[in-house]
Amino acid sequence: MDWIRNLPLIAILLSMVSGPVSSVLSGRAARRVSFFVVVTSGILSILVFWYVLRTGEPFTYKMGAFPAPFGNEIRVGVLEAMTATFFCFIMLLSLIGGYHFTAADIAEDRENLFYILINLLLASLLALIYTNDLFTGYVFIEINTISACGLIMIRGWGRNLLAAVKYMIMSLLGSGLLLIAISILYGITGHLLMEPMHESIVDIVREGTYTEPLTVAVGLFCVGIAIKSALFPFHSWLPDAYGYSTCASSAILSSLVSKGYIFLLIKFFYRVIGTDIIRSIQVDDVLFVFGIAGMLIGSMSAIQQPDVGRMIAFSSVAQIGYIYMGFGINTEAGVIASIFHILAHAAGKSLLFVSLNGLSGGNWENMNYRKLRGAAYRNRIAGVGFAVGSLSMVGIPLLAGFTSKVYFAQAAFALPSRSKMLVMLVALAVSTILNAMYFIGQTINIYTPLQRKDTAFSVKAGKAMWVAVVSFIVINLLLGIGSEPIFSWIQTGLSRF
Amino acid sequence: MSRIRKDYEKSRRARFLSFVRGDDPVVTPDRTEEWKRKVEERAESDRLENASYLELPDIDLQARERERINTKGVRVFRRIYYVLALVMCFLIAGMLILNIAYMPEFGSATAPTDNEVAERYLEKGGEETGVVNAVTGMILQYRAFDTFGETNVLFIGACTVIILLLHREGENAANRRRKKEAEEAGDTAESDRVTFSPEYDRRGDIILQKIASLVVPMIFLFGLYILLNGHLSPGGGFSGGAVLGAGLILYNQAFGFRRTERFFDEKIYDVLKVGSLCLYAMIIGYYLFTGANGIASIVPLGRLGDILSSGLILPINLLVGVEVACTMYAFYALFRKGSF
Repeated sequence: MDWIRNLPLIAILLSMVSGPVSSVLSGRAARRVSFFVVVTSGILSILVFWYVLRTGEPFTYKMGAFPAPFGNEIRVGVLEAMTATFFCFIMLLSLIGGYHFTAADIAEDRENLFYILINLLLASLLALIYTNDLFTGYVFIEINTISACGLIMIRGWGRNLLAAVKYMIMSLLGSGLLLIAISILYGITGHLLMEPMHESIVDIVREGTYTEPLTVAVGLFCVGIAIKSALFPFHSWLPDAYGYSTCASSAILSSLVSKGYIFLLIKFFYRVIGTDIIRSIQVDDVLFVFGIAGMLIGSMSAIQQPDVGRMIAFSSVAQIGYIYMGFGINTEAGVIASIFHILAHAAGKSLLFVSLNGLSGGNWENMNYRKLRGAAYRNRIAGVGFAVGSLSMVGIPLLAGFTSKVYFAQAAFALPSRSKMLVMLVALAVSTILNAMYFIGQTINIYTPLQRKDTAFSVKAGKAMWVAVVSFIVINLLLGIGSEPIFSWIQTGLSRF
Repeated sequence: MSRIRKDYEKSRRARFLSFVRGDDPVVTPDRTEEWKRKVEERAESDRLENASYLELPDIDLQARERERINTKGVRVFRRIYYVLALVMCFLIAGMLILNIAYMPEFGSATAPTDNEVAERYLEKGGEETGVVNAVTGMILQYRAFDTFGETNVLFIGACTVIILLLHREGENAANRRRKKEAEEAGDTAESDRVTFSPEYDRRGDIILQKIASLVVPMIFLFGLYILLNGHLSPGGGFSGGAVLGAGLILYNQAFGFRRTERFFDEKIYDVLKVGSLCLYAMIIGYYLFTGANGIASIVPLGRLGDILSSGLILPINLLVGVEVACTMYAFYALFRKGSF
């Protein structure tokens, strides 16, 4: 066996060990450990990505001495390795972009705790991406949830605590539903590993023995993941959680945490249940309806927000709606568009949060749109970052958001059902206009010069902000211009998922 | 014929036009002083002991929230909301109960769970892992990675509670006041560590102390027994650690933090927690690495049924037990007084 196959395990273990080690280190040392771990995991993921691209075949790696139906297992293909690499880099850039705010917002004796949360969040994201076992997925969802909760409340303001309580209640409800779903699935299949479970499910559907529990389990699983990733009717926890956290937390929460859950949902659809069975249960139609509702209502709520942080947070609801709409049409093109949108949204939203914090100086009292007028002249790089992020979210050509919208539109045209195609295209168009209403308006606002200078507050652009924003802009451009190879990687990854 | 408005400047159109022209933003008045005063008033009146957590702007937020929830429309909406929520709960509960009727019968020979996986765990478990207790073999060998993740859930849970509750000495206004009171009362032994209300403190309770001094050693022994016999009889790291943690908490309840800290303070907590988790990670890394690469483990399985058998399971059980006991005690200490 090639030595490179051990690397995913090493990346997961490294980030998990660094958590406890950081708990006895000082804040500075913990920060160094955390940066080291994120960079190392990124490099290891690149190596794995290169390896799976070269071999062209996904590989399974048994976790321990016992093979598949008996012991744990991870499975690494092109899609997994690509997502892991991408997530590591977005996390690194978010940490760099939020560097000064992290130091300013978090009490000194808690700084190492912040980096523990980051390390374990990374471990859980990697494990969620690589796992081939439904129960391992659940365990790491717990780690993901708890560390996300810590990231929300580490700033220690009353608002953060409220947001964390909301997040905890909603997220634990989701976890509970997931656990029930997994138990039911285990009860009717007798397996927890994904591939043996899939075989049993195919048998079940063919014989028609336990179809009712199967439907219930699939429904509960989807609702659980939907709650955790803030699909439209379950998004009430999201704006406070994303809007008022410290800069790095907001960027990481909005771009990565919900995406880890969604990645597990893709696995569930493709590897555990199978898309044909999903179609026969008609869960995809439900996701389609709620995805479209989320696209529209998320944007409409965003327009109403005077607070730009909350506005960007509500825009996440809309973007999550896009992703679920792609799953909802349940064609290959739709799911590819959704996965591409996961990447595009992660790149754009973290850029927006980092630049917003740069514009407002990390203080939410300054995030009111009136106070942000002319802010782009006070912190030029953050202004440029905000403009690029906004344009990407709206879907201006050359940027990531445009490409994903094109893929969604192409997926819509390939649909057999006329009415569904029409609904999807109209929703895309309306949602784009709504996006433009608040994002372009806000960009104009921050570039409108102030006539009286005395109302301005001063912010300073550090080097870290420069590095992060420029890198994010480059990633957005790369996703927008060079989308062809990424598209083909997603396609190959998905075909052998 | 149109009405001539006198308050033209305040109309929507005028405000919109001024927005388009890019006039100066409306400056929100600086209310920091007012907020500060409000917070201090509250801290003084001792209604909110935790005032350091309630940052300034939230007072305003709470006032607005209280105003908002008292309007009539909101009250009606809430009533409808409660009814609908109840209906939904019953619907979902009914659906899940109905679902049970369609599930395979528990324990029946034809149930899908009775397959080759369970068979191998039961029949070959002893031979392959060296344990008598099949559950331990399953969670620590066959599915070792899940259990490692589960232990980290405990660790991250403790970290998050620390973020929420950790208050160093002197950080909290209520703590400072109590400390002062204790000093005035001449209670020097307590003045350095009075952090909770004396009326709920049972440290002076002689019945509790006598019973605890009898029971606590037995609890510790029993916890160790469960840990060490995890691979032979029902038990293992999680349950043994819970028993140990309960013993620590009982000891603390009876004798207070000062005496507990003679042998279990923050330093020892840190050493134990980090040491056990790191050692556990190393062991599990070694196990996963050798297992996946087909390298023979250097740790022998031992003779089935001996206390020193089953290779890595005994040390893992001990480490998990230490971690669980530490986490339980940490939760207790943090909720009780906000630090160790």
